[in-house]
Amino acid sequence: MSLADLCAALMFFGVVAYAIFAGADFGSGVWDLLAGDAERGGRLRHQIDKSIGPVWEANHVWLIYVLVFLWTAFPKPFAAMITTLFVPWLFVALGIVLRGAGFAFRKFAETLGQARFYGAAFAASSLITPFFLGMIAGAIASGRVSLEHGGLITSWTGPTSWVGGVLAVLTCSFLAATFLAADSHRGGDHELARYCGRRALVSGLASGAVAMIAILPIEADAKTLADGLQGKAAPFVIISAVAGLFALWRLRTERYARARVGAVIAVAAVVVGWGVAQYPDLLVDHATIADSAGARSTLFGLLIVFAIAAVTAVPAMIWLFVLVNRSEWASDTHQAPLAP
Amino acid sequence: MLAVSASQLMAARYQMALSLGFHIVLSCFGVAFPALIYIVHRRGIRGDADALVLAKRWSKVAAVLFAVGAVSGTVLSFEMGLLWPGLMSRFGDVIGLPFAMEGIAFFVEAIFLGIYLYGWDRLSPKTHLRTLIPMMVSGVVGTFCIVAVNAWMNSPSGFRIVGDGTDFTVTDVQPWTAMFNNAVWLQFLHMFVAAYMVVGFVVAAVYAGGLLKGRRDRLHRMGFTTAFAVATVAAVIQPMIGHVAGMRLAEHQPTKLAAMELATTTERNAPLNLGGILIDGKVYGAIRIPGLSSFLSRGWFNRDVPGLDVAPTADQPPANVVHNSFQIMVGIGTALVLFSLWFWWRRRRQHDALTSRRFLKLAVIAGPAAVLALESGWTTTEVGRQPWIVQDVLRVKDAVTPNGGIWISFSVILIVYAGLGTITYRVIRSMSRRWRDNGQIDLPTPYGPPAEHAPVPAEVS
Ligand code: HDD
Ligand code: HEM
Ligand code: HEM
Repeated sequence: MSLADLCAALMFFGVVAYAIFAGADFGSGVWDLLAGDAERGGRLRHQIDKSIGPVWEANHVWLIYVLVFLWTAFPKPFAAMITTLFVPWLFVALGIVLRGAGFAFRKFAETLGQARFYGAAFAASSLITPFFLGMIAGAIASGRVSLEHGGLITSWTGPTSWVGGVLAVLTCSFLAATFLAADSHRGGDHELARYCGRRALVSGLASGAVAMIAILPIEADAKTLADGLQGKAAPFVIISAVAGLFALWRLRTERYARARVGAVIAVAAVVVGWGVAQYPDLLVDHATIADSAGARSTLFGLLIVFAIAAVTAVPAMIWLFVLVNRSEWASDTHQAPLAP
Repeated sequence: MLAVSASQLMAARYQMALSLGFHIVLSCFGVAFPALIYIVHRRGIRGDADALVLAKRWSKVAAVLFAVGAVSGTVLSFEMGLLWPGLMSRFGDVIGLPFAMEGIAFFVEAIFLGIYLYGWDRLSPKTHLRTLIPMMVSGVVGTFCIVAVNAWMNSPSGFRIVGDGTDFTVTDVQPWTAMFNNAVWLQFLHMFVAAYMVVGFVVAAVYAGGLLKGRRDRLHRMGFTTAFAVATVAAVIQPMIGHVAGMRLAEHQPTKLAAMELATTTERNAPLNLGGILIDGKVYGAIRIPGLSSFLSRGWFNRDVPGLDVAPTADQPPANVVHNSFQIMVGIGTALVLFSLWFWWRRRRQHDALTSRRFLKLAVIAGPAAVLALESGWTTTEVGRQPWIVQDVLRVKDAVTPNGGIWISFSVILIVYAGLGTITYRVIRSMSRRWRDNGQIDLPTPYGPPAEHAPVPAEVS
């Protein structure tokens, strides 16, 4: 493995982490949107607030991590990617602003009306952001981004982009529903856990179905990706399918904590599969990792930065996740519950 | 790359300036607010109930400000590529390391923020208090890293250029040299101290406003003095750092210094221009103090101060903007030192300035004034570098995106940020009003209508 490959792998590690952790946060927003009016949805929204409140900012930083790794290690592909996909990136930026701000504002809203307004901003942008990120992934995976500048609209509206967008929203929803089921179960609200578990089942089945149907458009539209998925990335596709089925089974049997493990593996394997399928290209069909890497000295520097992160940020992150998974944090010692 | 129209370049600049100008105020809170909270929180767990109340309230305000800071910062990192691909594609690997290091700082800050905000009553008081420390440290590291990028643009190093015009290639990249360029330390210190000034004076201004409205309880007095003390320390240090930063410019960015001083020609014993504007190469309406410019920026009277004529007209920055923003910053900086020292001096002599309405009114103004100084400072550095995005290496017009429609994205950002700013202000105002009204610190979120039996989700029931 060359130095450039290693940097690409570290960057892609960030993509996987973002897909899982921020994916679950985005998906929570989707369920928030569908939770019904204030009366019916209050309880779920309260749980969403508890589950993602302490972690969403940290989860969000994975995106920053990926961006800076990308432009540092692969400056030219970065510039090409962001210039060609200008429009979807703008939507992603807008979505990120409205989601974070809406979520923070809602927690301290004064009246129900205001809370609903901020909540709507949070929820709607949780739908928009992963959708456009998925479209971006589809555009790259189908070879529509080259080092020259491509069409401002046509480069991200091909079939693979649509598959990417829809699949991103569905998998985020699946992850989120599984996480929320596990969290509310641990917090003692079994009824809410079943409610979330049912949604996890539905969105999990939908994700699987879409992934299977997607083979057709990908085959026609993204030859390199399709070949990779059937060739060297096939093991990951199989792992994903098996883990997904495991998750669905555990959801049916109401073992939510285990279901969550399955869901995480299923989603991670799909994302890794995508990366493996398009290796050694960074911009499919247009630029390889080796050819488009930046200066060696910088790549080396990035390894050092990563090592620093591994001894500072990673232990802190583990502590955060350990804390929020303790039962004192799951239960409401601090805030009087609004709903039973 | 395609030629880019002047209007589009304008739009890109406005968009960058707006999003940075917005973000920088919030990022100051990310840098300095944890320290302020630490002070009151520590006093609180040592038995001072009022201090603990302050810590709890401030941490809730921080939750809102940090969230808006984080999302507006994310927009910035997108914009580096969306607006300036010509910079990133050529120099991404030269300036990437500080950005990547900054990523670590953000991680640490965001993680401990989560732990701190949700740690009330869930962690032991000591551990809980200590989670603020990594946040303060990442404030230092984060500021250093982001300012390193800007300092590199002012004082580029760590690479070699082969070829000329815009068709050059960058070789011999030494990212650590680029990061530790010769402008970084002073710019960093200056920015870091500015963050403490801004947060100190703004928080103090809020409590001064409360005192003016007759809320004279201990909480308000403590809130005021704590923040004001921090602000004072920062304010006293700041002019010294700024002065040294200015001296560096004579050597490395003479056109910027010339614009700041409104010096048209290089002179020995150069006068200091107070106010004034430059029209067609002549300075009008300035108060001139002989020799002072040479003394301040070069350390002695008989030394040369560079004038704008060191560069061809096309490579001169817009001097009026730079000069006036510089003077606003220095003026406010000087006034704030005098004002804050005056308060402590009176206090030593047993005068309670907190009963003086005039003092309190001034203290209310000091908050926005510090913010204005901050913005003017950045305007000075940034506009003073024009027309270069990387001093003497790459022009802004060669770095901007070839995509059209920047006016549209600029307008969207303008509307969104106007709304965001207003709502942030109103949410915090409403929080403080509710704290006063019902005496509770925890504000329940109205997720549903108040009902004794909030129903369960639809299908469950
Ligand atoms: C990474 C580098 C970087 C950093 C840390 C900053 N800037 Fe900057 N700024 C730029 C990179 C930049 C730039 C990309 O280089 C711009 C765009 C056009 C230009 O000349 O410089 C710019 C332009 C620019 C302008 C408009 C200048 C003009 O009229 O063209 C203003 C007023 C500011 N910035 C203000 C700020 C503020 C308030 C900052 C604090 C957060 C800040 N800058 C940090
Ligand atoms: C080009 C300029 C800049 C870029 C690209 C940038 C980028 C960012 C990004 C991406 C974030 C979000 C991180 C997160 O998710 O928590 C952020 C937050 C932050 N930025 Fe900036 N930034 C810039 C200027 C500055 C400056 C000048 C400062 C100076 C002090 C600063 C200090 C901070 C701090 C402390 C945070 C954390 C805020 C919080 O979590 O509330 N940034 N910035
Ligand atoms: C009172 C005396 C002050 C002096 C002599 C001074 C001097 C300077 C100089 C010379 C620069 C340009 C540095 C460069 O481009 O390399 C600068 C930049 C700046 N100033 Fe000041 N300044 C003063 C006060 C303040 C105050 C009170 C604030 C804010 C609260 C402030 C905030 C800034 C900022 C944010 C920058 C740009 C970033 C940086 O260089 O760190 N300054 N100042």
